[in-house]
Amino acid sequence: MDAILEFFYSNKEAIFIIALTIFLGLEVISNVPSVLHTPLMSGANAISGVIIIGGIILVGHADLENLKEGSNLLNLILGIFALFFGTLNVVGGFVVTDRMLEMFSKKKR
Amino acid sequence: METTINNIELLNGDIILEFSYLLAAIFFVVGLKLLSHPHTARKGNLWAAGGMLLAMITTIFLYRGGADNSTIKPVNLLIIFIAIAIGSVVGALIARRIKMTAMPQLVSLFNASGGAASALVALIEFSNPDNSSALVTLLGLAIGSIAFSGSMIAFGKLDGKIKDIFTKWLTYINLLFLAAVIFLVVFIMFTGLPVETKQILVYALLAMSLIYGVSFVMPIGGADMPVVISLLNSLTGIAAAMAGFIYQNQAMILGGIFVGAAGMILTLLMCKAMNRSLINVIIGAFGGGGAGIDREAGVVKEISLSDAAVLLSYSSKVVIVPGYGLAVAQAQHACNEMVKLLEDKGVEVKFAIHPVAGRMPGHMNVLLAEADVPYEQLIEMDDINPDMPNTDVVVVIGANDVVNPAALDDPSSPIYGMPIIKTHEAKNVIVMKRGMGKGYAAIENFLFFEDKTRMLFGNAKDSLQKLVGEIKNL
Repeated sequence: MDAILEFFYSNKEAIFIIALTIFLGLEVISNVPSVLHTPLMSGANAISGVIIIGGIILVGHADLENLKEGSNLLNLILGIFALFFGTLNVVGGFVVTDRMLEMFSKKKR
Repeated sequence: METTINNIELLNGDIILEFSYLLAAIFFVVGLKLLSHPHTARKGNLWAAGGMLLAMITTIFLYRGGADNSTIKPVNLLIIFIAIAIGSVVGALIARRIKMTAMPQLVSLFNASGGAASALVALIEFSNPDNSSALVTLLGLAIGSIAFSGSMIAFGKLDGKIKDIFTKWLTYINLLFLAAVIFLVVFIMFTGLPVETKQILVYALLAMSLIYGVSFVMPIGGADMPVVISLLNSLTGIAAAMAGFIYQNQAMILGGIFVGAAGMILTLLMCKAMNRSLINVIIGAFGGGGAGIDREAGVVKEISLSDAAVLLSYSSKVVIVPGYGLAVAQAQHACNEMVKLLEDKGVEVKFAIHPVAGRMPGHMNVLLAEADVPYEQLIEMDDINPDMPNTDVVVVIGANDVVNPAALDDPSSPIYGMPIIKTHEAKNVIVMKRGMGKGYAAIENFLFFEDKTRMLFGNAKDSLQKLVGEIKNL
């Protein structure tokens, strides 16, 4: 229980932001025409690749000089995979969304 | 130059870094806003991508961390660039090369890779003694893993590699698995275990979450797929936000939550389009039944290709209702060819799109756009329904439950209350189907037995191509 309360207290700003972000999200996305459901989904999917920042931080500060200590090497390898998967999500997501939207707008002629 | 705020020493770089995260978050919001309108959608995607690029670049060059609180060292930088380069090339190649018809699979695949990245980051960070936010780390690990394995199963299903497995007991096992995941999170969190034990339990949590992801998506399929895909999408966003908490990174938190909220809206929209609750979809309460109204099942009447060609050519208003069968048969090009021919003969042709037609949100729109159908021709269900009584011929291609009138008038039907395209109000109906198999909901469709309905059995692509030939010969 204490851990939960402590978590709430130490993250109160973030929790405020989250509550508001959820409402903002609902406001911004509501009334999307069904034509755009797929691009919106894959565009949002690409944004969730923002986890890539975590990957950059992990690999960026991996201790390369003491790789044999503890789980440093394992963490570096997992971190590289996280970075790879994150990039795949971001780049693939944005590119495919653009391709889809290009296909939609081409028809307007 | 250094500045001191609240006794914290800050370099200019730190301030720029934080500011860039704020900017990135704003870019995401603007991007998604623009993405939700047809004319600005492409710009919106670029905005979001720009925000991502900005956050990546500033993190790479300005983030300070590690034992000596320095920016990233050259060797690490090199590794980062290589990993990003490989990821970019692979991602861009897949995204460029893949056929548009494989879009549902691809969206699932990218979603899986995002979930995997979140789970990995959380897994590594759990063993980091400086990480003080164990709860969000565990949640990020669990949610990321569920999103990963769930999306992989969804990918397999959409690609036709994995079949739906549904038995009643799987529902209970699923609840058990979910309980185990929650129990592990609580157990690791709140019992003062030694660090080594926690480390082992974290792997148990990882395994349990992966298993739950598989078992949770396994029984769901068919028409429920759009709900699951957007739900998994939402989960990946939430997992990224959880990881954002570990680093107190506003761009990650905001971006993740924003995606989570957007995915949730889409999920609920899909549920609404089927008149089912989310819980109902997840537990999978679909099943036979629906024998409430004792209607004569009657006999279906077939139509020959030449009769169908004549009927269509001499109509003034035709509406096409596409479903998953169109996607399976890859018949979108043949379909568009027929539409063009009919239009040349002065027939007004429109497509009626049901929100849950196909296997992902907006599936039919992408499919038909690929065949060069102008999107003005794709009409949403609510807008086309009032027009149905004035429609001469409705052609139902590979759709079933979304045109089942039982949803309107049979309270005992499992799909009762689901909004449908009111094809039964049109003057004539032609149904293209492979056979008399039932739809995903496994219920009889009385539309097929109506007097005005004619069946055209066979593969949709073959039928359409032959129909095109017949119309040309008229």
